[in-house]
Amino acid sequence: MTLEKTRRSLLAAGAGMGLLAAMPARAELRLRITPGGNPPPMPIAITDFVGEAVGAQISGVIAADLERSGLFKPIDKSAFIEKIVDPGKVPRFADWRAIGADAVVTGSAQQLGDGRLKVEFRLWDVAAGTQAAGLAYFTQPAQWRRIAHIVADQIFKTITGEEGFFDTRVVYVAESGPGNARVKRLAMMDQDGANNRVLTDGGALVLTPRFSPTLQEIVYMSYQGGQPRVYIMNVDSGRQELLGNFPGMTFAPRFSPDGNRVVMSLATDGNSDIYVMDVRSRSISRLTNHPAIDTSPSFSPDGSQVVFNSDRGGSQQLYVMSSGGGEPRRISFGSGRYTTPVWSPRGDYIAFTKQDGGSFGVGVMRPDGGGERILASSYLDEGPTWAPNGRYLMFFRQSPNSRGQAGAVRLHMVDVTGQNLRSVPTATDASDPAWSPLIPQ
Amino acid sequence: MRTGIYGVMALALLAGACSSPEPTTTTPTGGVARAEPGSVAEFQQVVGDRVFFDLDSSQLRLDARETLTKQATWLKQYTRYAATVEGHADERGTREYNLALGARRAQSVQSFLASQGVPGARLKNISYGKERPEVVGSDEGAWQRNRRGVTSLQ
Repeated sequence: MTLEKTRRSLLAAGAGMGLLAAMPARAELRLRITPGGNPPPMPIAITDFVGEAVGAQISGVIAADLERSGLFKPIDKSAFIEKIVDPGKVPRFADWRAIGADAVVTGSAQQLGDGRLKVEFRLWDVAAGTQAAGLAYFTQPAQWRRIAHIVADQIFKTITGEEGFFDTRVVYVAESGPGNARVKRLAMMDQDGANNRVLTDGGALVLTPRFSPTLQEIVYMSYQGGQPRVYIMNVDSGRQELLGNFPGMTFAPRFSPDGNRVVMSLATDGNSDIYVMDVRSRSISRLTNHPAIDTSPSFSPDGSQVVFNSDRGGSQQLYVMSSGGGEPRRISFGSGRYTTPVWSPRGDYIAFTKQDGGSFGVGVMRPDGGGERILASSYLDEGPTWAPNGRYLMFFRQSPNSRGQAGAVRLHMVDVTGQNLRSVPTATDASDPAWSPLIPQ
Repeated sequence: MRTGIYGVMALALLAGACSSPEPTTTTPTGGVARAEPGSVAEFQQVVGDRVFFDLDSSQLRLDARETLTKQATWLKQYTRYAATVEGHADERGTREYNLALGARRAQSVQSFLASQGVPGARLKNISYGKERPEVVGSDEGAWQRNRRGVTSLQ
Protein backbone atom coordinates (compact mmCIF):
# COMPACT_ATOMS: atom_id res chain seq x y z
CA MET A 1 0.00 0.00 0.00
CA THR A 2 1.53 3.28 -1.01
CA LEU A 3 0.64 6.77 0.05
CA GLU A 4 -0.24 7.51 -3.57
CA LYS A 5 -2.92 4.83 -3.53
CA THR A 6 -4.14 6.13 -0.22
CA ARG A 7 -4.71 9.54 -1.61
CA ARG A 8 -6.60 8.25 -4.66
CA SER A 9 -8.90 6.00 -2.72
CA LEU A 10 -9.76 8.76 -0.29
CA LEU A 11 -10.51 11.16 -3.08
CA ALA A 12 -13.17 8.66 -4.03
CA ALA A 13 -14.39 8.88 -0.47
CA GLY A 14 -14.86 12.61 -0.92
CA ALA A 15 -17.39 11.99 -3.65
CA GLY A 16 -19.52 10.07 -1.23
CA MET A 17 -19.47 12.67 1.48
CA GLY A 18 -22.60 14.35 0.18
CA LEU A 19 -24.68 11.28 0.91
CA LEU A 20 -25.38 12.26 4.45
CA ALA A 21 -25.49 15.88 5.40
CA ALA A 22 -23.12 16.90 8.16
CA MET A 23 -24.96 19.05 10.64
CA PRO A 24 -23.45 21.46 13.10
CA ALA A 25 -22.86 20.19 16.60
CA ARG A 26 -25.39 21.18 19.21
CA ALA A 27 -24.31 23.01 22.29
CA GLU A 28 -25.16 20.00 24.49
CA LEU A 29 -22.58 17.88 22.75
CA ARG A 30 -19.76 20.32 23.18
CA LEU A 31 -16.59 19.65 25.17
CA ARG A 32 -14.39 22.66 25.71
CA ILE A 33 -10.65 22.19 25.98
CA THR A 34 -9.16 24.91 28.15
CA PRO A 35 -5.66 25.43 29.49
CA GLY A 36 -7.04 25.27 33.00
CA GLY A 37 -7.85 21.59 32.68
CA ASN A 38 -10.07 19.20 30.84
CA PRO A 39 -13.73 18.50 31.56
CA PRO A 40 -14.56 15.00 32.79
CA PRO A 41 -14.40 12.54 29.88
CA MET A 42 -17.67 12.43 27.92
CA PRO A 43 -19.47 9.06 28.09
CA ILE A 44 -19.95 7.90 24.50
CA ALA A 45 -21.53 4.71 23.16
CA ILE A 46 -19.75 3.41 20.05
CA THR A 47 -21.85 0.59 18.61
CA ASP A 48 -20.48 -2.14 16.37
CA PHE A 49 -20.82 -1.05 12.76
CA VAL A 50 -23.25 -3.43 11.06
CA GLY A 51 -22.57 -5.36 7.84
CA GLU A 52 -19.10 -6.76 7.23
CA ALA A 53 -17.16 -8.37 10.07
CA VAL A 54 -14.66 -5.51 9.89
CA GLY A 55 -17.40 -3.21 11.19
CA ALA A 56 -16.79 -4.25 14.79
CA GLN A 57 -13.04 -3.73 14.33
CA ILE A 58 -13.68 -0.24 12.97
CA SER A 59 -15.78 0.56 16.04
CA GLY A 60 -12.98 -0.77 18.24
CA VAL A 61 -10.38 1.52 16.64
CA ILE A 62 -12.70 4.54 16.93
CA ALA A 63 -13.32 3.80 20.62
CA ALA A 64 -9.59 3.35 21.34
CA ASP A 65 -8.75 6.61 19.55
CA LEU A 66 -11.35 8.64 21.43
CA GLU A 67 -10.38 7.06 24.74
CA ARG A 68 -6.70 7.90 24.11
CA SER A 69 -7.57 11.59 23.83
CA GLY A 70 -8.56 11.59 27.50
CA LEU A 71 -11.72 13.51 26.58
CA PHE A 72 -14.04 10.55 26.01
CA LYS A 73 -15.07 7.53 28.01
CA PRO A 74 -16.38 4.80 25.69
CA ILE A 75 -19.14 2.87 27.46
CA ASP A 76 -18.67 -0.90 27.78
CA LYS A 77 -20.74 -2.58 25.05
CA SER A 78 -22.20 -5.08 27.50
CA ALA A 79 -24.17 -2.21 29.05
CA PHE A 80 -25.94 -1.35 25.77
CA ILE A 81 -29.73 -1.84 25.88
CA GLU A 82 -30.63 -1.15 22.24
CA LYS A 83 -29.04 -3.37 19.62
CA ILE A 84 -28.46 -1.32 16.47
CA VAL A 85 -29.76 -3.21 13.44
CA ASP A 86 -30.33 -0.35 11.01
CA PRO A 87 -27.73 2.40 11.63
CA GLY A 88 -29.72 4.76 9.39
CA LYS A 89 -32.62 4.79 11.83
CA VAL A 90 -32.89 7.17 14.75
CA PRO A 91 -31.78 5.29 17.90
CA ARG A 92 -34.04 4.95 20.95
CA PHE A 93 -32.52 7.84 22.87
CA ALA A 94 -34.16 6.79 26.16
CA ASP A 95 -32.20 3.52 26.06
CA TRP A 96 -28.94 5.44 25.68
CA ARG A 97 -29.86 8.04 28.25
CA ALA A 98 -30.51 5.18 30.66
CA ILE A 99 -26.89 4.01 30.45
CA GLY A 100 -25.51 7.53 30.77
CA ALA A 101 -24.39 8.07 27.18
CA ASP A 102 -24.11 11.69 26.06
CA ALA A 103 -23.42 10.60 22.48
CA VAL A 104 -24.02 7.50 20.36
CA VAL A 105 -22.13 6.44 17.25
CA THR A 106 -23.77 4.08 14.77
CA GLY A 107 -22.52 2.93 11.40
CA SER A 108 -22.14 0.29 8.77
CA ALA A 109 -19.43 -1.31 6.67
CA GLN A 110 -20.46 -2.76 3.31
CA GLN A 111 -18.43 -4.49 0.64
CA LEU A 112 -19.45 -3.07 -2.76
CA GLY A 113 -19.59 -4.98 -6.06
CA ASP A 114 -16.48 -3.20 -7.34
CA GLY A 115 -14.46 -4.46 -4.34
CA ARG A 116 -14.51 -1.21 -2.42
CA LEU A 117 -15.59 -0.88 1.17
CA LYS A 118 -18.31 1.65 2.02
CA VAL A 119 -18.25 2.92 5.61
CA GLU A 120 -20.99 5.15 6.96
CA PHE A 121 -21.24 6.64 10.41
CA ARG A 122 -23.66 8.84 12.32
CA LEU A 123 -23.03 10.68 15.57
CA TRP A 124 -26.16 11.18 17.68
CA ASP A 125 -26.69 13.77 20.39
CA VAL A 126 -28.61 11.93 23.11
CA ALA A 127 -29.74 14.97 25.10
CA ALA A 128 -31.01 16.85 22.06
CA GLY A 129 -32.29 13.74 20.29
CA THR A 130 -30.70 14.76 16.99
CA GLN A 131 -28.02 13.67 14.54
CA ALA A 132 -24.87 15.73 15.08
CA ALA A 133 -22.80 14.40 12.17
CA GLY A 134 -22.98 11.79 9.45
CA LEU A 135 -20.62 10.91 6.63
CA ALA A 136 -19.91 8.06 4.23
CA TYR A 137 -16.54 6.94 2.88
CA PHE A 138 -15.51 4.60 0.07
CA THR A 139 -12.12 2.96 0.18
CA GLN A 140 -10.12 -0.19 -0.42
CA PRO A 141 -10.87 -2.77 2.30
CA ALA A 142 -7.21 -2.79 3.40
CA GLN A 143 -7.63 0.86 4.42
CA TRP A 144 -10.23 0.19 7.09
CA ARG A 145 -8.05 1.42 9.94
CA ARG A 146 -7.53 4.77 8.21
CA ILE A 147 -11.28 5.15 7.77
CA ALA A 148 -11.76 4.39 11.47
CA HIS A 149 -9.20 7.10 12.35
CA ILE A 150 -10.87 9.58 9.98
CA VAL A 151 -14.28 8.86 11.58
CA ALA A 152 -12.73 9.33 15.05
CA ASP A 153 -11.28 12.67 13.88
CA GLN A 154 -14.75 13.73 12.66
CA ILE A 155 -16.34 12.83 15.99
CA PHE A 156 -13.55 14.61 17.92
CA LYS A 157 -13.95 17.72 15.79
CA THR A 158 -17.74 17.78 15.97
CA ILE A 159 -17.74 17.57 19.74
CA THR A 160 -14.63 19.55 20.74
CA GLY A 161 -14.47 22.06 17.91
CA GLU A 162 -10.76 21.20 17.53
CA GLU A 163 -9.15 19.26 14.70
CA GLY A 164 -8.49 15.64 15.55
CA PHE A 165 -5.12 13.88 15.50
CA PHE A 166 -5.99 10.24 14.89
CA ASP A 167 -5.32 9.94 11.15
CA THR A 168 -1.62 10.57 11.64
CA ARG A 169 1.65 8.69 11.76
CA VAL A 170 4.74 8.80 13.92
CA VAL A 171 8.28 8.33 12.68
CA TYR A 172 10.75 7.35 15.39
CA VAL A 173 13.99 5.57 16.22
CA ALA A 174 13.50 1.88 17.09
CA GLU A 175 16.19 0.81 19.57
CA SER A 176 17.58 -2.60 20.45
CA GLY A 177 20.78 -4.17 21.76
CA PRO A 178 23.11 -3.36 24.67
CA GLY A 179 23.37 0.14 26.09
CA ASN A 180 26.89 0.80 24.83
CA ALA A 181 26.20 -0.43 21.29
CA ARG A 182 22.53 0.33 20.65
CA VAL A 183 21.20 -0.56 17.22
CA LYS A 184 18.97 2.25 15.98
CA ARG A 185 16.62 2.00 13.04
CA LEU A 186 14.16 4.42 11.52
CA ALA A 187 10.60 3.19 11.95
CA MET A 188 7.15 4.54 11.16
CA MET A 189 3.76 3.62 12.57
CA ASP A 190 0.21 4.89 12.86
CA GLN A 191 -0.25 7.09 15.94
CA ASP A 192 -1.89 4.15 17.75
CA GLY A 193 1.08 1.86 17.11
CA ALA A 194 -0.50 -0.13 14.26
CA ASN A 195 1.09 -0.69 10.83
CA ASN A 196 4.65 -0.47 12.16
CA ARG A 197 7.28 -0.37 9.40
CA VAL A 198 11.03 -0.47 9.95
CA LEU A 199 12.71 1.72 7.32
CA THR A 200 16.46 1.13 7.80
CA ASP A 201 18.42 -2.05 8.49
CA GLY A 202 20.31 -0.91 11.58
CA GLY A 203 23.71 -1.00 9.86
CA ALA A 204 24.16 2.73 10.39
CA LEU A 205 23.28 4.71 13.51
CA VAL A 206 20.29 6.95 12.70
CA LEU A 207 18.83 9.76 14.81
CA THR A 208 16.16 12.50 14.87
CA PRO A 209 13.81 11.66 11.96
CA ARG A 210 11.20 14.31 11.02
CA PHE A 211 8.37 14.27 8.46
CA SER A 212 7.89 16.62 5.58
CA PRO A 213 4.41 18.21 5.59
CA THR A 214 3.21 15.76 2.90
CA LEU A 215 4.64 12.74 4.79
CA GLN A 216 6.39 11.77 1.54
CA GLU A 217 9.85 12.46 2.92
CA ILE A 218 11.68 12.00 6.18
CA VAL A 219 14.71 14.10 7.03
CA TYR A 220 17.10 12.56 9.59
CA MET A 221 20.72 12.10 10.62
CA SER A 222 22.72 9.00 9.76
CA TYR A 223 26.27 7.79 10.40
CA GLN A 224 26.19 5.98 7.05
CA GLY A 225 29.71 5.70 5.61
CA GLY A 226 31.17 6.67 8.99
CA GLN A 227 30.20 10.32 8.68
CA PRO A 228 27.31 11.82 10.63
CA ARG A 229 25.22 13.80 8.19
CA VAL A 230 21.67 14.76 7.32
CA TYR A 231 19.79 12.67 4.76
CA ILE A 232 16.38 12.75 3.12
CA MET A 233 14.45 9.52 2.56
CA ASN A 234 11.54 9.10 0.19
CA VAL A 235 9.07 7.02 2.18
CA ASP A 236 7.55 5.19 -0.81
CA SER A 237 10.74 4.28 -2.64
CA GLY A 238 12.97 4.02 0.43
CA ARG A 239 15.61 5.99 -1.48
CA GLN A 240 18.01 7.93 0.76
CA GLU A 241 19.88 10.98 -0.38
CA LEU A 242 22.57 13.04 1.33
CA LEU A 243 21.30 16.58 1.93
CA GLY A 244 24.25 18.74 0.95
CA ASN A 245 27.88 17.72 1.13
CA PHE A 246 29.66 19.61 3.88
CA PRO A 247 33.07 19.03 5.45
CA GLY A 248 31.60 18.89 8.96
CA MET A 249 28.79 17.09 10.74
CA THR A 250 25.24 18.13 9.83
CA PHE A 251 22.51 17.36 12.35
CA ALA A 252 19.24 18.43 14.00
CA PRO A 253 17.28 18.83 10.74
CA ARG A 254 13.64 19.99 10.47
CA PHE A 255 11.44 20.89 7.52
CA SER A 256 9.88 24.29 7.12
CA PRO A 257 6.07 24.18 7.35
CA ASP A 258 5.78 24.40 3.53
CA GLY A 259 8.35 21.63 3.07
CA ASN A 260 10.54 23.73 0.78
CA ARG A 261 13.39 24.29 3.24
CA VAL A 262 15.29 22.29 5.84
CA VAL A 263 16.86 24.05 8.80
CA MET A 264 19.73 22.24 10.56
CA SER A 265 23.04 22.58 12.37
CA LEU A 266 26.45 22.31 10.76
CA ALA A 267 29.53 21.77 12.92
CA THR A 268 32.62 23.41 11.44
CA ASP A 269 35.90 22.97 13.34
CA GLY A 270 33.86 21.85 16.31
CA ASN A 271 31.50 24.85 16.32
CA SER A 272 27.80 24.33 15.58
CA ASP A 273 25.82 27.04 13.79
CA ILE A 274 22.40 27.03 12.14
CA TYR A 275 21.89 26.93 8.39
CA VAL A 276 18.86 26.69 6.15
CA MET A 277 18.80 24.80 2.85
CA ASP A 278 16.40 25.11 -0.05
CA VAL A 279 15.41 21.49 -0.72
CA ARG A 280 15.07 21.85 -4.50
CA SER A 281 18.02 24.07 -5.39
CA ARG A 282 20.15 22.86 -2.46
CA SER A 283 21.32 26.42 -1.94
CA ILE A 284 22.25 27.11 1.65
CA SER A 285 22.33 30.18 3.83
CA ARG A 286 23.78 30.70 7.25
CA LEU A 287 21.47 31.91 10.02
CA THR A 288 23.82 32.09 13.02
CA ASN A 289 27.53 32.83 13.31
CA HIS A 290 28.61 32.49 16.91
CA PRO A 291 31.26 30.50 18.82
CA ALA A 292 28.48 29.08 21.03
CA ILE A 293 26.61 25.86 20.30
CA ASP A 294 23.54 26.76 18.21
CA THR A 295 21.29 23.78 17.49
CA SER A 296 17.78 22.23 17.52
CA PRO A 297 16.20 24.83 15.20
CA SER A 298 12.43 24.77 14.54
CA PHE A 299 10.33 27.02 12.27
CA SER A 300 7.26 28.94 13.40
CA PRO A 301 4.12 27.71 11.59
CA ASP A 302 4.14 30.72 9.22
CA GLY A 303 7.80 30.07 8.40
CA SER A 304 8.87 33.58 9.36
CA GLN A 305 10.81 32.76 12.53
CA VAL A 306 13.09 30.07 13.91
CA VAL A 307 13.39 29.08 17.56
CA PHE A 308 16.64 27.35 18.57
CA ASN A 309 18.83 26.33 21.46
CA SER A 310 22.09 28.11 22.24
CA ASP A 311 24.58 28.28 25.11
CA ARG A 312 25.76 31.73 23.98
CA GLY A 313 24.63 33.22 27.30
CA GLY A 314 26.61 30.67 29.32
CA SER A 315 23.94 27.98 29.63
CA GLN A 316 21.52 26.33 27.24
CA GLN A 317 18.57 28.63 26.56
CA LEU A 318 15.96 29.20 23.87
CA TYR A 319 16.26 32.01 21.33
CA VAL A 320 14.00 33.22 18.52
CA MET A 321 15.26 34.86 15.33
CA SER A 322 13.91 35.72 11.90
CA SER A 323 14.09 32.77 9.50
CA GLY A 324 16.33 35.02 7.38
CA GLY A 325 18.80 35.27 10.26
CA GLY A 326 19.55 38.40 12.29
CA GLU A 327 19.89 39.11 15.97
CA PRO A 328 18.21 36.42 18.10
CA ARG A 329 16.28 37.28 21.24
CA ARG A 330 16.33 35.05 24.27
CA ILE A 331 12.90 33.81 25.43
CA SER A 332 13.68 31.36 28.29
CA PHE A 333 14.62 32.78 31.66
CA GLY A 334 13.58 30.18 34.25
CA SER A 335 15.96 28.03 36.27
CA GLY A 336 17.65 25.13 34.52
CA ARG A 337 18.69 24.47 30.93
CA TYR A 338 16.26 24.64 28.02
CA THR A 339 16.75 22.59 24.86
CA THR A 340 14.99 21.08 21.79
CA PRO A 341 12.40 23.82 21.22
CA VAL A 342 9.58 22.90 18.83
CA TRP A 343 7.00 25.42 17.68
CA SER A 344 3.39 24.26 17.93
CA PRO A 345 1.62 23.94 14.55
CA ARG A 346 -1.01 26.40 15.91
CA GLY A 347 1.68 28.89 16.85
CA ASP A 348 0.49 29.45 20.41
CA TYR A 349 3.24 27.54 22.25
CA ILE A 350 6.82 26.38 21.98
CA ALA A 351 7.53 22.96 23.52
CA PHE A 352 10.96 22.20 24.95
CA THR A 353 13.06 19.83 27.03
CA LYS A 354 14.10 21.30 30.38
CA GLN A 355 16.92 20.01 32.56
CA ASP A 356 16.49 21.21 36.11
CA GLY A 357 18.06 19.67 39.18
CA GLY A 358 18.33 15.96 38.63
CA SER A 359 15.47 15.57 36.19
CA PHE A 360 14.55 16.21 32.58
CA GLY A 361 11.04 17.29 31.70
CA VAL A 362 9.06 18.44 28.70
CA GLY A 363 7.13 21.67 28.88
CA VAL A 364 5.62 24.51 26.90
CA MET A 365 5.90 28.29 26.93
CA ARG A 366 4.41 31.01 24.77
CA PRO A 367 6.64 32.29 21.95
CA ASP A 368 7.27 35.41 24.05
CA GLY A 369 8.62 33.18 26.82
CA GLY A 370 5.64 33.61 29.17
CA GLY A 371 3.25 31.03 30.56
CA GLU A 372 5.83 28.29 31.09
CA ARG A 373 4.45 24.92 32.29
CA ILE A 374 6.15 21.58 32.73
CA LEU A 375 3.92 18.78 31.43
CA ALA A 376 5.93 15.71 32.39
CA SER A 377 9.21 15.05 34.12
CA SER A 378 11.35 12.05 35.08
CA TYR A 379 14.96 10.84 35.02
CA LEU A 380 14.99 11.68 31.31
CA ASP A 381 12.02 13.02 29.34
CA GLU A 382 13.27 14.42 26.05
CA GLY A 383 12.36 15.59 22.58
CA PRO A 384 8.71 16.72 22.45
CA THR A 385 6.81 16.63 19.15
CA TRP A 386 3.37 18.12 18.51
CA ALA A 387 0.22 16.46 17.28
CA PRO A 388 -1.06 18.46 14.29
CA ASN A 389 -3.86 20.02 16.36
CA GLY A 390 -1.31 21.49 18.80
CA ARG A 391 -3.17 19.98 21.77
CA TYR A 392 -1.11 16.84 22.41
CA LEU A 393 2.62 16.11 22.55
CA MET A 394 4.68 12.97 22.28
CA PHE A 395 8.20 12.56 23.70
CA PHE A 396 10.53 9.80 24.84
CA ARG A 397 11.26 8.72 28.39
CA GLN A 398 14.41 6.86 29.36
CA SER A 399 14.53 5.06 32.69
CA PRO A 400 17.84 5.06 34.58
CA ASN A 401 20.36 2.37 33.63
CA SER A 402 21.12 -0.23 36.23
CA ARG A 403 24.03 -2.63 36.61
CA GLY A 404 25.24 -2.16 33.07
CA GLN A 405 21.75 -2.65 31.64
CA ALA A 406 20.31 0.16 29.57
CA GLY A 407 17.13 1.62 31.05
CA ALA A 408 13.93 1.21 29.02
CA VAL A 409 13.32 3.93 26.43
CA ARG A 410 9.66 4.41 25.56
CA LEU A 411 7.36 6.88 23.81
CA HIS A 412 4.80 8.76 25.86
CA MET A 413 2.09 11.30 25.12
CA VAL A 414 0.57 14.05 27.22
CA ASP A 415 -1.89 16.84 26.49
CA VAL A 416 -0.92 20.49 26.47
CA THR A 417 -2.49 21.00 29.90
CA GLY A 418 -0.23 18.31 31.41
CA GLN A 419 -3.05 15.79 31.78
CA ASN A 420 -3.59 12.43 30.12
CA LEU A 421 0.02 11.23 30.37
CA ARG A 422 0.23 7.73 28.90
CA SER A 423 2.69 5.47 27.14
CA VAL A 424 2.49 4.88 23.40
CA PRO A 425 2.87 1.21 22.42
CA THR A 426 5.90 0.30 20.32
CA ALA A 427 7.31 -3.11 19.38
CA THR A 428 10.79 -2.27 20.72
CA ASP A 429 12.39 0.49 22.76
CA ALA A 430 11.77 3.77 20.96
CA SER A 431 13.04 7.36 20.97
CA ASP A 432 13.00 10.56 18.90
CA PRO A 433 9.32 10.50 17.91
CA ALA A 434 8.10 12.98 15.28
CA TRP A 435 4.36 13.33 14.82
CA SER A 436 3.08 13.80 11.26
CA PRO A 437 0.47 16.31 10.13
CA LEU A 438 -2.97 14.85 9.37
CA ILE A 439 -2.43 12.46 6.47
CA PRO A 440 -3.48 14.22 3.23
CA GLN A 441 -6.80 12.71 2.05
CA MET B 1 36.57 -24.86 44.43
CA ARG B 2 33.48 -23.14 43.14
CA THR B 3 33.40 -20.98 46.23
CA GLY B 4 37.01 -19.97 45.66
CA ILE B 5 36.39 -18.82 42.10
CA TYR B 6 33.33 -16.94 43.19
CA GLY B 7 35.39 -15.12 45.81
CA VAL B 8 37.94 -14.00 43.25
CA MET B 9 35.25 -12.56 41.02
CA ALA B 10 33.61 -10.71 43.86
CA LEU B 11 36.96 -9.12 44.79
CA ALA B 12 37.53 -7.96 41.24
CA LEU B 13 34.07 -6.38 41.11
CA LEU B 14 34.59 -4.60 44.40
CA ALA B 15 37.90 -3.24 43.20
CA GLY B 16 36.16 -1.87 40.14
CA ALA B 17 33.44 -0.28 42.21
CA CYS B 18 36.01 1.34 44.49
CA SER B 19 37.95 2.95 41.68
CA SER B 20 37.93 6.71 41.53
CA PRO B 21 34.71 8.25 40.28
CA GLU B 22 36.90 10.91 38.67
CA PRO B 23 39.06 8.82 36.40
CA THR B 24 42.27 10.40 35.32
CA THR B 25 44.22 9.41 32.29
CA THR B 26 47.25 8.07 34.12
CA THR B 27 48.82 5.12 32.44
CA PRO B 28 47.29 1.85 33.52
CA THR B 29 49.89 -0.24 35.26
CA GLY B 30 50.15 -3.79 36.47
CA GLY B 31 48.47 -6.82 35.03
CA VAL B 32 48.69 -5.50 31.46
CA ALA B 33 50.50 -7.72 29.01
CA ARG B 34 53.62 -6.14 27.50
CA ALA B 35 52.54 -4.07 24.51
CA GLU B 36 54.69 -4.11 21.40
CA PRO B 37 56.34 -0.68 20.91
CA GLY B 38 54.50 1.17 18.18
CA SER B 39 51.44 -1.06 18.43
CA VAL B 40 47.84 0.02 18.82
CA ALA B 41 47.86 -1.84 22.14
CA GLU B 42 50.75 0.29 23.37
CA PHE B 43 48.92 3.46 22.37
CA GLN B 44 45.75 2.37 24.13
CA GLN B 45 47.27 0.84 27.26
CA VAL B 46 50.58 2.59 27.87
CA VAL B 47 50.14 6.04 26.34
CA GLY B 48 46.40 6.20 27.07
CA ASP B 49 43.97 6.69 24.21
CA ARG B 50 41.37 8.78 26.02
CA VAL B 51 40.88 11.96 28.00
CA PHE B 52 37.97 13.02 30.18
CA PHE B 53 35.98 16.23 30.45
CA ASP B 54 34.07 18.10 33.13
CA LEU B 55 30.30 18.43 32.90
CA ASP B 56 29.14 20.38 29.82
CA SER B 57 32.75 21.41 29.11
CA SER B 58 35.18 20.94 26.27
CA GLN B 59 38.12 22.51 28.13
CA LEU B 60 41.14 20.22 28.35
CA ARG B 61 41.95 19.47 31.97
CA LEU B 62 45.56 19.24 33.18
CA ASP B 63 45.46 15.41 33.19
CA ALA B 64 44.05 15.50 29.67
CA ARG B 65 46.86 17.76 28.44
CA GLU B 66 49.44 15.40 29.91
CA THR B 67 47.91 12.41 28.14
CA LEU B 68 47.54 14.30 24.87
CA THR B 69 51.17 15.45 25.04
CA LYS B 70 52.18 11.78 25.28
CA GLN B 71 49.78 10.90 22.45
CA ALA B 72 51.35 13.58 20.26
CA THR B 73 54.88 12.36 20.98
CA TRP B 74 53.87 8.81 20.15
CA LEU B 75 52.00 9.81 16.97
CA LYS B 76 55.03 11.81 15.79
CA GLN B 77 57.24 8.77 16.37
CA TYR B 78 54.93 6.28 14.65
CA THR B 79 53.99 8.14 11.50
CA ARG B 80 52.26 5.18 9.87
CA TYR B 81 49.09 5.88 11.87
CA ALA B 82 46.27 8.27 11.17
CA ALA B 83 43.91 9.08 14.02
CA THR B 84 40.21 9.86 14.39
CA VAL B 85 39.29 11.70 17.56
CA GLU B 86 35.87 10.67 18.87
CA GLY B 87 33.98 13.16 21.01
CA HIS B 88 31.48 11.72 23.49
CA ALA B 89 29.03 13.07 26.06
CA ASP B 90 27.21 11.64 29.05
CA GLU B 91 23.46 10.97 28.94
CA ARG B 92 22.59 14.11 30.94
CA GLY B 93 21.93 16.27 27.92
CA THR B 94 19.64 16.15 24.92
CA ARG B 95 20.66 14.15 21.88
CA GLU B 96 21.16 17.13 19.59
CA TYR B 97 23.01 19.31 22.10
CA ASN B 98 25.29 16.39 22.96
CA LEU B 99 26.16 15.88 19.30
CA ALA B 100 27.34 19.49 19.27
CA LEU B 101 29.16 19.08 22.59
CA GLY B 102 30.89 15.92 21.32
CA ALA B 103 32.02 17.85 18.24
CA ARG B 104 33.46 20.57 20.47
CA ARG B 105 35.33 18.03 22.61
CA ALA B 106 36.71 16.17 19.61
CA GLN B 107 37.89 19.48 18.17
CA SER B 108 39.62 20.43 21.46
CA VAL B 109 41.58 17.18 21.39
CA GLN B 110 42.38 17.42 17.69
CA SER B 111 43.54 21.04 18.00
CA PHE B 112 45.80 20.17 20.93
CA LEU B 113 47.40 17.27 19.05
CA ALA B 114 47.93 19.53 16.05
CA SER B 115 49.47 22.21 18.28
CA GLN B 116 51.94 19.58 19.49
CA GLY B 117 53.07 18.99 15.93
CA VAL B 118 50.92 16.08 14.72
CA PRO B 119 50.27 16.89 11.04
CA GLY B 120 46.68 17.92 10.39
CA ALA B 121 46.42 15.56 7.44
CA ARG B 122 46.66 12.60 9.81
CA LEU B 123 43.86 13.83 12.08
CA LYS B 124 40.11 13.92 11.78
CA ASN B 125 37.27 13.85 14.25
CA ILE B 126 33.73 12.60 14.76
CA SER B 127 31.08 13.26 17.39
CA TYR B 128 28.99 10.46 18.85
CA GLY B 129 27.13 12.66 21.32
CA LYS B 130 25.59 10.40 23.97
CA GLU B 131 25.05 7.50 21.57
CA ARG B 132 28.09 5.38 22.45
CA PRO B 133 28.66 5.39 26.21
CA GLU B 134 31.66 3.48 27.50
CA VAL B 135 29.90 2.69 30.75
CA VAL B 136 26.19 1.94 30.90
CA GLY B 137 25.21 3.49 34.20
CA SER B 138 23.22 6.35 35.65
CA ASP B 139 25.55 7.80 38.26
CA GLU B 140 28.36 10.36 38.25
CA GLY B 141 31.00 7.61 37.98
CA ALA B 142 29.51 6.37 34.71
CA TRP B 143 28.81 9.85 33.37
CA GLN B 144 32.41 10.97 34.02
CA ARG B 145 33.80 7.99 32.10
CA ASN B 146 31.45 8.76 29.21
CA ARG B 147 32.43 12.45 28.91
CA ARG B 148 35.49 11.61 26.89
CA GLY B 149 37.62 12.13 23.85
CA VAL B 150 39.05 8.95 22.38
CA THR B 151 41.93 8.96 19.91
CA SER B 152 41.30 5.99 17.65
CA LEU B 153 44.13 4.84 15.37
CA GLN B 154 43.83 3.75 11.74
